[in-house]
Amino acid sequence: MLEFPRWKYALVVLVLAFGVLLALPNVYGEDPALQVELKTQKPIDDATRASIEALLRKDQIPTKRTYTDGDRLIVVFNDVAAQLRGRDVVEGSLSDNYRSALTQATRAPAWMRAVGLKAMPLGLDLRGGLYLLYEVDVNSAVSQLLGSYDQSFRRTLLDDKLPFTDITTITAGQSTIPNGLAVHVATLGVAAQVQAALQRVDNTLSFTVNAIPGAPVVQMVLTPTQIRDREDYALEQNRTTLMNRVNELGVSEPIVQRQGLDRIVVQLPGVQNSAEVKDLLGKVATLEFRLVDEGNNPVQAQQTGRVPLGDRLYQMQDGTPILLRREIIVTGDELTQAVSGNGQEGPSVNIRLDARGADSMLRTTRQNVGHQLAVVYIEKSRQQVLVDGKKEDRETTSQKVINDATIRGVFGPTFEVTGLTAGQSRDLSLLLRSGSLAAPIEVVQEQVIGPSLGADNIDKGVRSLEIGMLAVFIFMVVYYHAFGLVADAVLVANVVLLTALLSLLRASLSLPGIAGIILTVGIAVDANVLIYERIREELRNGVSPQAAIRAGFDKAFSAIADSNVTALIAGLALWVIGTGAVRNFAIVLVLGIATSMFTSLLGSRALITLMYGGREKVAQLSIG
Amino acid sequence: MEFFRRATSFPFMSTRKIWYALSVVMIAVSIGSLATRGLNLGVDFTGGVTVQATFPTAVNTDAVVAALQRGGFPTAQVTIFGTSRDIAIRLPPIKQTTEEVRARIEQILDGIERGTTIQQAAVIGPEVGGELERSAVQALIATLLLIFGYIAVRFHTWRLSLGAILAVLHDPILVLGVFSLTQTSFDLTVVAAMLAVIGYSLNDTVVVFDRIRERFHLARRLEPIVVLDQSINQTLSRTIMTKVVTLIVVVALYALGGPALKGFSLALIIGILAGTYSSIYTSSAAALDCGLTAEHLLPAQARKPVDDLP
Repeated sequence: MLEFPRWKYALVVLVLAFGVLLALPNVYGEDPALQVELKTQKPIDDATRASIEALLRKDQIPTKRTYTDGDRLIVVFNDVAAQLRGRDVVEGSLSDNYRSALTQATRAPAWMRAVGLKAMPLGLDLRGGLYLLYEVDVNSAVSQLLGSYDQSFRRTLLDDKLPFTDITTITAGQSTIPNGLAVHVATLGVAAQVQAALQRVDNTLSFTVNAIPGAPVVQMVLTPTQIRDREDYALEQNRTTLMNRVNELGVSEPIVQRQGLDRIVVQLPGVQNSAEVKDLLGKVATLEFRLVDEGNNPVQAQQTGRVPLGDRLYQMQDGTPILLRREIIVTGDELTQAVSGNGQEGPSVNIRLDARGADSMLRTTRQNVGHQLAVVYIEKSRQQVLVDGKKEDRETTSQKVINDATIRGVFGPTFEVTGLTAGQSRDLSLLLRSGSLAAPIEVVQEQVIGPSLGADNIDKGVRSLEIGMLAVFIFMVVYYHAFGLVADAVLVANVVLLTALLSLLRASLSLPGIAGIILTVGIAVDANVLIYERIREELRNGVSPQAAIRAGFDKAFSAIADSNVTALIAGLALWVIGTGAVRNFAIVLVLGIATSMFTSLLGSRALITLMYGGREKVAQLSIG
Repeated sequence: MEFFRRATSFPFMSTRKIWYALSVVMIAVSIGSLATRGLNLGVDFTGGVTVQATFPTAVNTDAVVAALQRGGFPTAQVTIFGTSRDIAIRLPPIKQTTEEVRARIEQILDGIERGTTIQQAAVIGPEVGGELERSAVQALIATLLLIFGYIAVRFHTWRLSLGAILAVLHDPILVLGVFSLTQTSFDLTVVAAMLAVIGYSLNDTVVVFDRIRERFHLARRLEPIVVLDQSINQTLSRTIMTKVVTLIVVVALYALGGPALKGFSLALIIGILAGTYSSIYTSSAAALDCGLTAEHLLPAQARKPVDDLP
C-alpha cells in the first residue's frame, strides 16, 4: 500500500481547480477594439452608444459587439483594418469631451469579465506599441533644492537684519555637482548669528562656520541621504506626472515604472505615433504663486513695453495681460498635494504646502489680505538634436497665469483656490499635481514595435513552444511509458499553474518570458526524471515496486529541493536587481520553479499513488 | 527505453587532468577572443539611430536590408511595424548627423520604390546603461555569495561551494567565448539566456552533489575518488535524459522561434552542453582536489566515535 494523505489530494485538486479558472481567460484570445470614454470620467450614456453604433453601421464597418466596461464603451471589431477605419470614423465625429484609444478586447464570456478574471497582459514585443525610456535629470532637482534654500536663507537674513555679502553654491566632498551653500559674511561674530538664524529655518540641515581670515563663511552641505531623498522625490514626482499625462492620452493599460536610480520606463500598448506622444509627455511643467501688482496698468505696460520696477508682465490664458510681483511666494516643488473638491463656495482645489512653502504663504497672505494672488503655470519642453555628431539640448519655455484670485484670509499649509467651474477645478488640480515638479526628463531609448511584428513574434514563440512540448511529451512516454504519461500530465498542470500565476499577478508576458516558460518546462521535466530514475535504480536493486516508488520520491526530494532552491536564489537576485527583459525572464523563472516543485512533488505523487497505491501488491511498474 | 541498461562505471575522476586541460584551453580561447575580438554588441548595448519609413506599397524587408548593405549600412536591422508598408530601421552609432543619415536612407529607400517617406529619424541611447552594468555585477556577486553560503550550509563544506561557483563561472564564459568567436549579435535576450544557463548549471551540479552526499553517508570508508565516480555514474542517466529533453525544446526554439529568439536559443544550447560537462567535471573534480572527504559532508552529530569502531 502507498499512503498519500487525503488533505494533500484535496490541496492538489483545489490548487489545480483555481489554476484552471485563473488561466482560462488566456484561452479565448483577443479581438481588436476601440475604447471610448468621456474626459469627465462619467459613464457613457445609451444615446452616445447608439449614435456611435449608428455611425459605424452607416459606414458599413463590421463590428462584433459593443459593451460598457466601467465608464468606458468598448467597440469590438472583426479585424485590425475595421478597427483602424472605425477609429477614424468615431474620432472624426465625437466632440472634444470624448477620447478614444485602440485596445484589445478579450473574447472571454461576460461572466469572466464580471468576476475580474483576466488574461495575462502581453508585453510590448508581443502586442506592439511604444516603448520610451526617460532619464530624469536628478542633478537639476538637487540644484533646484539649493536654489529654494538660497532664497529662503536670503529672506531669513533680511528679516533678521543680519548682514551678508553673498550666498554661493559649493561642491563639497566627493560630489561632482554643487551640493551645498556658503553664506559669505564680514566677521566671525556675524557668522555665529547667521548660523543660529539659519538653523531655525530648517533644523534638519547642518551648518558649519568656516573661519577663513577676513572672509568667514557659513556652510551648509546636504548629506548624501538628503540628496538621495531629493532625487528619489524628483523621480517619483516625475513618474506621477508622466502617469497623469499618459492617462490624458487615453491609452489602455499603460505602464509607467521607475527603473534604477534615474530612469522611468513608459510602455504604451497600441500606440504607434511616437513623435506626438513624446511631445505631450516630454513637457516639464512647474507652478509659481506670485502677488498681482494692482497699482499699475498691465495693458499700458504691454503696449509701451515698459514694465514697472519689481514687476513681470504675464498673460492670462485668454491672452489678457497681467502684472505680477517679481518675488515668488511658493514654487511648485513646495506643493505636496492638490485635490479638486466641492467647498462651500462651489468647486475648488485644495492645496497642501510643505513647511517652507506654508511659512512663506502664511507671511505673504497675512500682509496682503484683500489683494490678488496669481498662479503661474510654466512649461518647458526639451528636445535633443544631433548637431555635428554631438547631442545638444534645445529648450522652449512658456509661462501663463492660469488663475488669479483674491486673498480672503491668512493661508496656512492648506488652502483652497475657489471661483472656478467644476471643469476648471479638476483641470487645475490635475495641472498642479502633474506639474508640481520641474526636473527635466529626456528620452534616452525609444522603440516602436508594430502589432504585425508582435503577432509574428508571438506566433513563432508559441508555435516553437508547442512543437517542443509535443516532442517532449512523446519522448517521455517512449522513455518512461505510463510514468511518462504522468510526467506529461504534470507538465501540462505546470504550464496551467504558471499561466494562472502570471494572470493573477498581472505580470506581463514578453519574449524572454516565453523563454522562461520553456526553461521551466525543463526544470519540471528534470524533477520528474530525478524521481523516475531513482525509482528505476531502486527496482534494479531488487526493491519491491511500491517500496521503489516510495523510496524514489523520498530520496529524490533532497536533490530536487536543493537544486531548485539554488536556481531560485539566482532567479530572485535577477528579479530584484534586473530590469526589462532580464526581470521579465526572472519573474517567470521564479514562479515556474515554485509551480514545478508543487506539481512534481505533490501532483506527480498523487497521480502515481492513485495508479499503484490502492492495490495490496504491484507486480510491475510501467516505467520503461 | 533506457540509455544505460546497466549501471555505468566511467572513470571520470582519474582522467580529470585531461578535462582540466580542456577546460583551461576553452576558457583561455574564450577570454582571448573576448579580449581581442570582443563581443558584437547589439543596439541594446550601444544605442544608435532609428529611422521609421513608410512605403507606398507593401515592403519586402530582405530587399531593404540588401539595399541598405549596398548603401553602406552593413549592420542595419529592419523590422516591419504598424502596417505592412511601415518599416523601422535600427542602426548602430555612426559619425554622421541625424539629418545626413536621414537623407542617405531616404535616397536608398527611394531607390527601392519611389514615394517612400521617412517618418522619423531619432538618436537612441543604449538600453543598458553603466548603472545597469554595475547592478548586474552586483547581482552576480550577490548571487554567487548566496549560493556559496547555501551549499556550504546544506552540504557542510565550502569545498563543494567552491566547485559549484567554478562550474557556474565556467559555463557563461564559454557562452561569451562562442558569441565572441562567431561574432553573433549579443543583445539583452542573450543575457537572459546566460542567466538561465547559470541556473541550469547550478541545478545540475547540486543534483550530483546530493548524490555525493548520499554516497558518503552510505559508504564512508570508500576513497573519495571512488565515491565521486560512483555518484556521477549513478546520476548520469538522469543528467543525459534531462539534457536531451531540454535540448529538444531549445532546438525547437532555435529552429522555429524566428530571428528574435535565435541568439537566445543559441546561447542556451551552448550553455546546456557546457553545463553538462562542467557539472560532471569542474564542480566535482575541483572539490576533490580541494581535499574533499567523507568527514566534510557529514554533520557533526553523525561523526560520533561509535561510527569508527570496527
